Amino acid sequence: MSGFLLCGWVLGSELTFELPDNAKQCFYEDIIIGTKCTLEFQVVTGGHYDVDCRLEDPDGTVLYKEMKKQYDSFTFTAAKNGTYKFCFSNEFSTFTHKTVYFDFQVGEDPPLFPNENRVTALTQMESACVSIHEALKSVIDYQTHFRLREAQGRSRAEDLNTRVAFWSIGEAFILLVVSISQVVLLRSFFSDKKTTTTRVGS
Amino acid sequence: RCTLVLLFFFLLLNVYYSCVSSLYFHIGETEKKCFIEEIPDETMIIGNYRTQLYDKQKEEYLPATQGLGMFVEVKDPDEKVILSRQYGSEGRFTFTSHTPGEHQICLHSNSSKFALFAGGMLRVHLDIQVGEHTNNYAEIAAKDKLTELQLRVRQLVEQVDQIQKEQNYQRYREERFRQTSESTNQRVLWWSIVQTLILVAIGFWQMRHLKSFFEAKKLV
Repeated sequence: MSGFLLCGWVLGSELTFELPDNAKQCFYEDIIIGTKCTLEFQVVTGGHYDVDCRLEDPDGTVLYKEMKKQYDSFTFTAAKNGTYKFCFSNEFSTFTHKTVYFDFQVGEDPPLFPNENRVTALTQMESACVSIHEALKSVIDYQTHFRLREAQGRSRAEDLNTRVAFWSIGEAFILLVVSISQVVLLRSFFSDKKTTTTRVGS
Repeated sequence: RCTLVLLFFFLLLNVYYSCVSSLYFHIGETEKKCFIEEIPDETMIIGNYRTQLYDKQKEEYLPATQGLGMFVEVKDPDEKVILSRQYGSEGRFTFTSHTPGEHQICLHSNSSKFALFAGGMLRVHLDIQVGEHTNNYAEIAAKDKLTELQLRVRQLVEQVDQIQKEQNYQRYREERFRQTSESTNQRVLWWSIVQTLILVAIGFWQMRHLKSFFEAKKLV
């Protein structure tokens, strides 16, 4: 807790974790009043690619609550000092476990020169560098989201591939079994009739 | 005097932690928490964690606990373990990926002292930095004696490097996706043909077998 009191900027956290079925995973962060925060999440693999998300402030007031969302981004400014909590829930699912990615940005990124006092304004070169840096950051962010969507598509394709193989072999097997048993059953009808006629005869 | 000790303690904590992200979660005693990082090859990952144990008497989380360690295990995309080490209640682990793909970072506590947990939860502060974010620019500036502008350009170079690696990895992933789709296409084609052939063959066999059966029974 003392960590954030002296630290003006807190780095963002970006994590991908697995959420088992009927499970709930919560994360907490201590935030100072007035900090602009963004929570972004995306379901990478699992079932219908949806998860429940809930964000609460230190007093328990729900700031954001969405059920069965695939992807969302929520920005808010901290109105109170304290521990904010956000939870991802897969409790509605009975057997599919999900992989969830989230990116929780708190405040601004730390400047490159934290010990400097910015007395003079940035030169043109420096401000060009700063704007390129910001643009590249958003490129990296888009790349991440693209990668997650591609991972989704890829896992579906691999799943489909194994299912096609499994069910094709299964169906061929069932076909053979059913047709052979049909013939055997039909034969047994006629065989039984013959024995009953002989029994009646004697 | 008490406030001085407290201040010193605070300063010590801050100097040590140096602004580690304070995102935390709770973990049970035997629970294993895993995080997935999908990264291109030759990418460095630095993970920092800090644990706090719940003290039932004081009803709060203690800042640091002796004898409580975390076991960190990192697996590469081929399920091979590339890092498997035990750290103390605070730790920092680093690894560089040699294969592109999903790396799994798992943490679980090595609770040797049962009494420590006493049915409570362990609070784990975790921060994972990937690629360009692992660079300590202050250190780089001091070592290479770079001016401010040079350092900014260096940061941009590192960022672009990361973007390039990710694009490369994307090409590799897309190739795998294409291979999977081609394989599915082939499988669907072949199995449809095989199943139709089986169906026709079975039909013929059935009729021929039954015809010979009935002829033997003198019903036809």
